[in-house]
Amino acid sequence: MSTLPLTLNGEPAELAVATVRDVVAHVTGRAIGDDGAAADGRRLGVAVAVGGEVVPRSAWATRELAAGDEVDVVTAVQGG
Amino acid sequence: MAEHRTAPAAPAIPPLRIGGYDLASRLIMGTGGITDLTALEGALVASGTTLTTVALRRWSADTRDGLVALLDRLGIDVLPNTAGCYTARDAVLTARLGREALETDLVKVEVIADERTLLPDVVETLEATERLAADGFTVLAYTSDDPAMALRLEQAGAAAVMPLGSPIGSGLGILNRAHLELIVSRASVPIVLDAGVGTASDVALAMEAGCDAVLAASAITRAAEPARMAHACRLALEAGFHARRAGRIPRREHALASSPMAGRVTAEEDER
Repeated sequence: MSTLPLTLNGEPAELAVATVRDVVAHVTGRAIGDDGAAADGRRLGVAVAVGGEVVPRSAWATRELAAGDEVDVVTAVQGG
Repeated sequence: MAEHRTAPAAPAIPPLRIGGYDLASRLIMGTGGITDLTALEGALVASGTTLTTVALRRWSADTRDGLVALLDRLGIDVLPNTAGCYTARDAVLTARLGREALETDLVKVEVIADERTLLPDVVETLEATERLAADGFTVLAYTSDDPAMALRLEQAGAAAVMPLGSPIGSGLGILNRAHLELIVSRASVPIVLDAGVGTASDVALAMEAGCDAVLAASAITRAAEPARMAHACRLALEAGFHARRAGRIPRREHALASSPMAGRVTAEEDER
């Protein structure tokens, strides 16, 4: 797999990824199934936007990324 | 000495229906203002809360997924908020990310005007509420204590309206009780007091004013003993709920004796 230049969470990144699923697995360190759920069965608690549009988890495995894509991976943190 | 009897248990407080969601505990707890997850867990458990707010942020090595795992373990539902958003556009995107990440249609819409006051931008809040309600969200809209705006949000599709008592984190309690009571009296959706709670008595006052639930965050998480304050707020919510329904006495200008005047024993000094 060749590497892809992306903007990941606001920072430039050069990652060996093809799909959104690959990015989520890279960031969380957990294996992700075709349905977008974590292979370990625990809740993932993660959402992804590419170019400011939410990519539903059901499409993570098939959504291919292109050079220069802005990818945001978010999770729940403490807050009001 | 007499042997004291234990008072019978108070009538149970029914769950609050918000859109299609049943809120079991009417004390919603915020998780902001505390970094130690062990201390947060102690406060969450002591509060008896069944719904807690979370914010959505970019994944980082520090945050990871610790909070989600904790809330799953405690069996507490999550209410994703749009804190940190200044526009309806950002709030809509954040709400959609929250729905995707946490698999819930609940969202607390919070669009602030500026960083100094943290007061709600009601124009952007209204637009975000309208768009998210149309998109199938159960919107709890954080807003000012303006009775006119509370009605507008309800008409825009908010499942609950969350007026502030005073600015976020200020601990000033309810600054405009008359407005809060007016909001409550005209609402046909639940009213949840949000922001400004400083201590347990503020929670009781909000419930006595007729609010259906209260959200407390900083009051608990920034207290010297968060778990103890959480416990106090839970008791205060219960007290306020029952006090509201018990029918308080009217306020009067002057005293009104509660002991009968007839049958008093007097020691007359000039008795012959």
